[in-house]
Amino acid sequence: MNEPKGDRRKFLARAGIATLGVGTASLFAGTAMSATTVRPSDVGVIQTALALEHEGIAAYRIAGKSGLLSPGTLKLALVFMGHHQAHRDSLAKLVATAGGKPAEPKTDSQYIAELKLGSLKSEADVVALATMLERGAASAYFGQITALKDPGLAKLFASISADEAIHWTTLNNAAGTPIPTAAYVFG
Amino acid sequence: MRWGGLLFAGLLAAAAGAGTVPDDVAAGKALYLNTCGGCHSVDTNRIGPRHRNVVGRAVASIPGYDYSSALKKLGGVWTPARLDQWLSGTQKMAPGSKMYLELDDPTKRRLIIAYLRSVSASAMPEHSRMASQPRH
Repeated sequence: MNEPKGDRRKFLARAGIATLGVGTASLFAGTAMSATTVRPSDVGVIQTALALEHEGIAAYRIAGKSGLLSPGTLKLALVFMGHHQAHRDSLAKLVATAGGKPAEPKTDSQYIAELKLGSLKSEADVVALATMLERGAASAYFGQITALKDPGLAKLFASISADEAIHWTTLNNAAGTPIPTAAYVFG
Repeated sequence: MRWGGLLFAGLLAAAAGAGTVPDDVAAGKALYLNTCGGCHSVDTNRIGPRHRNVVGRAVASIPGYDYSSALKKLGGVWTPARLDQWLSGTQKMAPGSKMYLELDDPTKRRLIIAYLRSVSASAMPEHSRMASQPRH
């Protein structure tokens, strides 16, 4: 299943093409959800998720400008960033619909410090960081589903979690790390 | 017979090693990265506050992190028992706090807390604490 690390660029380039359709699906999921009414008790959960999306977008955007990524990897990073932007837009719209003020992104300098982006020296470093963030994001969405009161919102969170899981799987395989042998990878 | 004896010895060694503090810390770290890593890091504030030295630290006390008013009101110090309560039900313990993820599995909570203890200077490792207790 796993390709040698030397084939990372080819793998990522192919994966970039294959994942384009997923972003469209997640965008539709978000659009459908935005038409429903958000319960006040769910707004806090959405705001936390929104903060997570802001962080993911910043990580891909800043890493994308770093010059560390090969063209194929950059292309994939931009696809993943697009997914996160679609998630952000869906979540922000839900908060606004509920009468709230969507959580704002931090500054780039904050993200650089918090994620230690200045310490990244190679494409492998970027892939390792993105892998860690995507795994955490998949688990965070999955883990917060039970806190949601609205089933439609729970469906949206499951859909986003699946997107993050695809990101993680793609990056994990590109890094040559074996898939965990135990089931229930995300908890 | 000889192979049987070796196998038995190996099983005994494995049993003795299972559940020791280093094993818990390693398993807890993996769980921490998977379960908490979406929002938290050990050394930097992110969506959630940093966790270095969390055990023994006053609740909502990291300068520069924007805590919820719910957590500011909570008060007290993070102990392993309190962290277990927190991870069992964040909104029950501090309704309105920013964290909604909960862990139903007590083993997962124990392992994550074992890892958090390992990155906390004021939290004496369990084996050291047991060794320092008076013997009767």
